[in-house]
Amino acid sequence: MRNVYIVGTGATPVGEHWDRSAASLAVEALAAALGDIPASRVGALYVASALNGSLEVQSQVGPMVATAAGISGIEAVSIEAGTASGGVALRQACLAVASGIVDLVAVVGVEKTTDVLDARRERALALAGDAEWEAIHGVTTTALWAMLMRRYMHNYGYGIEDFAPFPVNAHANGVANPNAMYRFAITADKVRSAPMVAEPLGLLDCSTAADGAAALLIASEGLARDVSAAPVRVAASAVATDTLALHSRHDPLWLSAVAHSTATALRAARMTHRDIQVLDVTDPHSITAALVLEAGGFAERGAAVALARDGAITPKGALPLATGGGCKARGDAVGANGIYQVVELVAQLRGQAGAAQVAGASVALAQCIGGIGATAATHILTME
Amino acid sequence: MDLAKHWRIRHARYRLEGQRHRTTGEVRFPPAPLRPGEAHDSWEPYVLSGRGRVYSFSIVRQPPEGYDEQAPYLIALVRLEEGPLVTAQLTDCDLDQVTIDMPVEMVTRKLRALGPTGLIVYGYKFRPVV
Repeated sequence: MRNVYIVGTGATPVGEHWDRSAASLAVEALAAALGDIPASRVGALYVASALNGSLEVQSQVGPMVATAAGISGIEAVSIEAGTASGGVALRQACLAVASGIVDLVAVVGVEKTTDVLDARRERALALAGDAEWEAIHGVTTTALWAMLMRRYMHNYGYGIEDFAPFPVNAHANGVANPNAMYRFAITADKVRSAPMVAEPLGLLDCSTAADGAAALLIASEGLARDVSAAPVRVAASAVATDTLALHSRHDPLWLSAVAHSTATALRAARMTHRDIQVLDVTDPHSITAALVLEAGGFAERGAAVALARDGAITPKGALPLATGGGCKARGDAVGANGIYQVVELVAQLRGQAGAAQVAGASVALAQCIGGIGATAATHILTME
Repeated sequence: MDLAKHWRIRHARYRLEGQRHRTTGEVRFPPAPLRPGEAHDSWEPYVLSGRGRVYSFSIVRQPPEGYDEQAPYLIALVRLEEGPLVTAQLTDCDLDQVTIDMPVEMVTRKLRALGPTGLIVYGYKFRPVV
C-alpha cells in the first residue's frame, strides 16, 4: 500500500446560507482545495453527506457535485454515515489512493440543513439512531446524549456547571476560525443560565445544525511533492462500529467504536497517545467530547470533565481540543464535520491557526462519530 | 402507508415480547433476527414482565416532526428486571418527578399519529410504580 497525503483543503463558512444550494457550497469548497490544480486531474470523488437524502435535498450527491464541478463522467459516490460521513468518506479516499488505482482523489463534505424547519431536521437527525426502537419513541440524538450526561453526573458526582469548560473553550477558539459560525467568546455563567434543550443539556451546550461544505485533495506520495509545498501525511485511517441503538450496549457510557478506531489508528501509525499534539472530535455537547476522550484513551474513565476543568483542552494545554471551534462554535455541518475538522487540523500542522495555534504541532488526530457513536472514523495526520 | 413496518413488530410494541435463548436463558429485547450460524430455534419468544428502573432520563423540548404536540415530554432508558435496557417515554408523571433508579412499569399508550389519514401507532411507555 502506498503512503497517502493531503495536498489541498478548502471550506465555506458554516452558517445559514439561504441563497446557496448544496451544489454551489460543494463546488466553492472543492475549488478552494484544488487551487491551481485543474479539476480534470481528479481521478475520483467521494462526497460525504448525512441528511441530503432524508431532507429531500438530493440523493446521488456524488454525480451532483461532479456535474457542478465540471468533471461529470468520473467515478463519484456519496457516503452516508451520519455525523461520521466525512471521516468515512476520507477513509474511502485514502484506501483508493493507497491501493494505487488512482493518484488524486477529492473528498467533499456538504450539508444543507436550513431549508427545512427544526422539527423536520430533528426527525432526520434522529434516524442516525435506531428508527424502530429509539426514534419511534420521539427520542432525539440530543436527548440520548442528555441521558448519558445525566448518568455520567450520577456515576461520577459532577454538576452541570462542571461541563462548561468545553463550550467555553470551543467558542474561544472559534474566534480565530474565519469559517466558524459563532466567532465570539462565551462565559461559564452564560452557559449555566441558558435555557434547557433536553435536561441536563442547555442551549449553550448544544451545537447548531447549519449549512456548509469542506473539501480535501488526497494524493499519492509521488504526486504530493509535485503539487503541494506542504503536504500533510495521513499516517493512519481507521473506521469501527458499535450497535445502532444506545440501549443495546453493555455499558452505555463506553463508546466502543471510538475505543477500537482510536487504538487501531494509533497502532497503524506506530504512535501512543502522548504523540498526539492536537485533536478534534465530534463534540456537539460536552458529554460527547468527554466520553470520546475517555473511550479513546486520552482520559481515565470519569476524568475527562476534570481534565477540561483544569485547562487541558485549551490550545496551551496538554490535550488541545476543538481548536477550530468544534461543532459548537464552528457550527454543526453534520456530515461535513469530519472534513471541516481535517481542514482545521491541516492549518494547525502548517502553523496557520492564528490565535488558536498549538505551538509546534506536527501530529494531529481527527475523529468523527455518527449519531450516538455507532460509527467512528479516526485519522492521524503528520507534517513531515 | 406505513402499515407493515408497525404491524410486523406488534408483539414487541404491545406486550413487550422479546426473546429468550433456549440454552443460555439470556433474555433480550427488542427481538432480533437470527445471526449467521445460529440454529433456527436458538431463540424463543418471551414476554418480559414490564417492570424495571430508570437508568437515566431527559426531557425533549425540541421534538422531531410528528411529536410536536407532545413536547415537552419525558424520555428514559429503563433497565428491565430481566436485564435488557429499553428506550421509551415516561408517562403519567410530572416532569420533575423522575429520579435515577425510580421503579417503573410498562403501559400501552399512543406513540404518535401518522397524519390525518394515517395510522395511530401504539406501543409501550413506562409509568412510576405507585
